[in-house]
Amino acid sequence: MRSFSYLSAPDVETALRVIADGEGVKFLGGGTNLVDLMREGIERPATVVDITRLPLTGIEELPGGGVRVGALVRNSRLAADLLIRTRYPVLAQAVLHGASAQLRNMATVGGNLLQRTRCLYFYDGAAACNKRAPGSGCDAIGGFSRGGAILGASEHCVAAHPSDMAVALAMLDAVVEVESVRGVRRIPIADFHRLPGDTPHIETALAADELITAVELPPVPVAANSRYRKVRDRASYAFALVSVAAALNVEDGVVTEARLALGGVGTKPWRATEAERALLGAPATEDAFRRAAEAELAAAVAGPQNAFKIELARRTIVATLRRLLTEGSAA
Amino acid sequence: MRLNVTVNGRAEAVDDVWEGESLLYVLRERLGLPGSKNACEQGECGSCTVYLDGVPVCACLVAAGQAEGRAVRTVEGLAEGDRLDPVQEAFVEAGAVQCGFCTPGLLVQAHDLIERNPRPSDAEIREALAGNLCRCTGYEKILDAVRLAAARKAGAA
Repeated sequence: MRSFSYLSAPDVETALRVIADGEGVKFLGGGTNLVDLMREGIERPATVVDITRLPLTGIEELPGGGVRVGALVRNSRLAADLLIRTRYPVLAQAVLHGASAQLRNMATVGGNLLQRTRCLYFYDGAAACNKRAPGSGCDAIGGFSRGGAILGASEHCVAAHPSDMAVALAMLDAVVEVESVRGVRRIPIADFHRLPGDTPHIETALAADELITAVELPPVPVAANSRYRKVRDRASYAFALVSVAAALNVEDGVVTEARLALGGVGTKPWRATEAERALLGAPATEDAFRRAAEAELAAAVAGPQNAFKIELARRTIVATLRRLLTEGSAA
Repeated sequence: MRLNVTVNGRAEAVDDVWEGESLLYVLRERLGLPGSKNACEQGECGSCTVYLDGVPVCACLVAAGQAEGRAVRTVEGLAEGDRLDPVQEAFVEAGAVQCGFCTPGLLVQAHDLIERNPRPSDAEIREALAGNLCRCTGYEKILDAVRLAAARKAGAA
């Protein structure tokens, strides 16, 4: 690991001033992604600012039924919080499906939003990767691409977004609150993560001098009946091949509200708006669920190694919706 | 910097620490506590698991500066004097140790599991230990040991 200077920020103002004035400054939260990227030589900050002593650790109920989650709330605490578990079970379940117990004890909400792809070529310094070295090309295309995205990819990048938590946040229309010396901005989650296009190295809407301070969850009554399902190579501690965050409201056998987001298949946490449109007003049947899945996956593009994800996503969407019907949000 | 950190109940002041080095390095190389093991250095294997303010974390991912003023409990702090913790006894009795490299991390993680959940199901044990890799593939004996430790602790309570 290259050497760097280290500073512990006593308050938000100091953290923002240091990143505004310095070159190559990175914020350090739980360290579960940044530290390993530094050990691999992929991230090479000149200065690391420890932000774990900042007072961004609250989970507060908002007037109107929403919840505000501080950016430094640890994943394990978020998943255990009673407000989150009752109002947004999909979020608690998604977080518990990520990483390992130790990592969930360390990883923060803000850091999870910024975690970087696990594409093998991104981690391999000898490979071409437009995300790691802009303009160098993409060895994943035509390479070992089993884990690659089938939605939202470009000719420059096919890397899948790795987060579980962010898939639930996409389903919930969360708002990311960010702050810099220039002021506070609120970024809808749909705009926070970017499609790769021809600039896959620019992954989020966060500016270089901004700090994520909180995530706001709006009131989403249908989310009381929501769940997260993750399909992976082993039962625990693996990234998703496909995951589904879903919420469903059914009255007299007809879908009156549906929310759906996908993980493991998109270059960003993937809100499945086409599927939601197809579900609204449809009978709550397997046939209708399958047609909704197909509507979303019509745009999917796969190579020979990850073509299985299309069928797997279709089945996982149907299975998750069916389970919501029969078992509700029970984990 | 001078790092002030409580380790296994003892207040330590460690001089000449670079804030950016890992807590694991501080424990092993500066405080002479080699129980926590250094393997993947990326938070993947769990062999460096220690309690930080009562919560198990991978010490390899914690910067020394982040541990300032906090309390650490390592595998060396599980026993009371010569009396092993029931989790440690169970590992010995069940033969849950082969090469031993993953054992310290597993002990801390299993200790935390049983503290929080005195009667864990097999599925809960597996999930709790998912971040601790054993490359001798001794998982069955490790599960036996955790079940045994949980039963003993529940019986003693």
